[in-house]
Amino acid sequence: MRWTELVIFLLLFGVVTVLGFFAARWKAGSTLDHLDEWGLGGRKFGSWITWFLIGGDVYTAYTFVAVPALMFSAGAAGFFALPYTVILYPLIFMPLLRIWSVSRARGYVTPADFVRGRYGSSVLALLVAITGIMATMPYIALQLVGLEAVLRTLGLNGSGALGHLPLLIAFVVLALYTYQSGLRAPALIAFVKDILVYLVIIVAVVYLPIKLGGWSEIFGAADAKFKATPAPGDGLLLNGNNQLQYATLALGSALALFLYPHSLTGVLASRGRTVIKRNMSALPAYSLLLGLLALLGFVAIAAGTKPLVNHATGNPDTNTIIPNLFAEQFPSWFAGIAFAAIGIGALVPAAIMSIAAANLWTRNIYKEFLRKRATPREEARQAKLASLVVKFGAVAFVLFIDPQFSIDLQLIGGVMILQTLPAVAIALYTRWFHVWGLVAGWVAGMGWGMVMLYGIPSADGKRAHFGTSALKLGELNLFGWHPFGGSTLQIYVGFVALVANLVVAVAVSAVARRMRVFNGLDETRPEDYHVDEGHADLKPVAAH
Amino acid sequence: MAQPARTSGIRWSPWNLLLLVPLVLLVTPIFNRAGPALFGLPFFYWFQLAGVALGVLATVTVYLKTRDKPTNPATGPEPDVDSLDEGAAR
Repeated sequence: MRWTELVIFLLLFGVVTVLGFFAARWKAGSTLDHLDEWGLGGRKFGSWITWFLIGGDVYTAYTFVAVPALMFSAGAAGFFALPYTVILYPLIFMPLLRIWSVSRARGYVTPADFVRGRYGSSVLALLVAITGIMATMPYIALQLVGLEAVLRTLGLNGSGALGHLPLLIAFVVLALYTYQSGLRAPALIAFVKDILVYLVIIVAVVYLPIKLGGWSEIFGAADAKFKATPAPGDGLLLNGNNQLQYATLALGSALALFLYPHSLTGVLASRGRTVIKRNMSALPAYSLLLGLLALLGFVAIAAGTKPLVNHATGNPDTNTIIPNLFAEQFPSWFAGIAFAAIGIGALVPAAIMSIAAANLWTRNIYKEFLRKRATPREEARQAKLASLVVKFGAVAFVLFIDPQFSIDLQLIGGVMILQTLPAVAIALYTRWFHVWGLVAGWVAGMGWGMVMLYGIPSADGKRAHFGTSALKLGELNLFGWHPFGGSTLQIYVGFVALVANLVVAVAVSAVARRMRVFNGLDETRPEDYHVDEGHADLKPVAAH
Repeated sequence: MAQPARTSGIRWSPWNLLLLVPLVLLVTPIFNRAGPALFGLPFFYWFQLAGVALGVLATVTVYLKTRDKPTNPATGPEPDVDSLDEGAAR
């Protein structure tokens, strides 16, 4: 047991818990019984809060743990997270403004709400909502994996059910204050989380290289390690086969990120278009941080850090690399702060994700199909309950199923959420796509994406299915035809599935438009996509 | 510049094209090399870290250059946080 670290961790965890409960009264509206308030914090967050909230939401504990772990084991290929988060903001700059405006004008809370309004189709909205929920659930479970990596490094590495108890307690606390305070809780906690994270990573990237003899030494050690391993895919640079995978994974991930309901929740909670525009320039600060953090994977190689064996599964867990590096290299009080940063870093996204999933359930399934005349008060109540169900579902994932399953599912989730791009992002610009074209495209992209993922074994050959998201082009199979037979180039599965999705959507749309099939009613007006805060036509926030 | 307050559909500014510049980070052959190193970082790593600045430059420029085109102009005085909240002021 690492007592100093544990005490500091518990202290900071306690501070955050108090903040979480206090948040219900922070900038409070007159009621929390409305999704605009509980689920979107009153739609009034300014630039700073939005920066901390989205940063705390998108750059999760799992990212902080898994990206360096990937660098540690694979080298350059793990660095895709940097180009991904660099191209992200310029790409989404314009679409985000449009979806903010139309959501503000029409009172939309979820991306599926927008699809419902744009196409008047509850089927298409249901598909988007279900995709969102299914992609978010394993993401929450992964936050738990990140949190547990820290707890186990702290010494709370028990075996069996008892070993999971600290995690369970942390999550019960989180569930309670999210239930009470809604989005305001993670928004307030994100301040603490991000300040701690910046502090820890800046100290780490300055202090550790000095201690270990400089970056040249560190890269030298990493190079030696990769040259010594038999695996062909690792190394300090990309090789001929994984460059296409690197680029398509970065692009696909960038296109997918703000289709995730929890990312959009942070955007819709902001006050106006200027807040979003400013954040498109300010959020890359986190990208820089992520890039530096990724390099800590190499620092861990140079420092000779070994992954901890998880006593619940009996396997060495690469995700403990970074916590272990901190524990070995930092004085114990600072390691405690570092652990708290990662631990709290798991709570913020987990809270926002559960709120986003709960919003989807409430608006696009409960209200749409189960109880059409639900009042805003009933909606808020339903969402609060759903947030509990979602969180404990995620806990059950981690407790009763191998954590590897969550990692697989998250891989699948990225491919899945990308398939909503035509219905959500393209629909912001045009209604050329026919509603049935979008449905058909979704089915094609989803189905083929799953088939491809199922067929990919892991790099070490231990698992036959859902090994990675990198598909060898030579194995691309179109009804028995191999268009790139023999090629060893790798490509991101989600990207291939999206192309299939678009091709099918275009073809079916063209036919449906030619046959003049009814394409749903569009309740949005062109000017809705440009409204800003203070506009006269805005729907009042949290109006019953 | 003088767009009507209520135009339909898409609003376009040539400055928006700058948002495509950071996509250069997807062209891996440009930077998939070890030298020249900077502070001990191989080219592959510091080039992409420098890409963060490129991305910021693109979004800042587009923000500043498209700012003078009002979207639907606000009516009445600028509301503060409280008046937007809960529709209490309405």
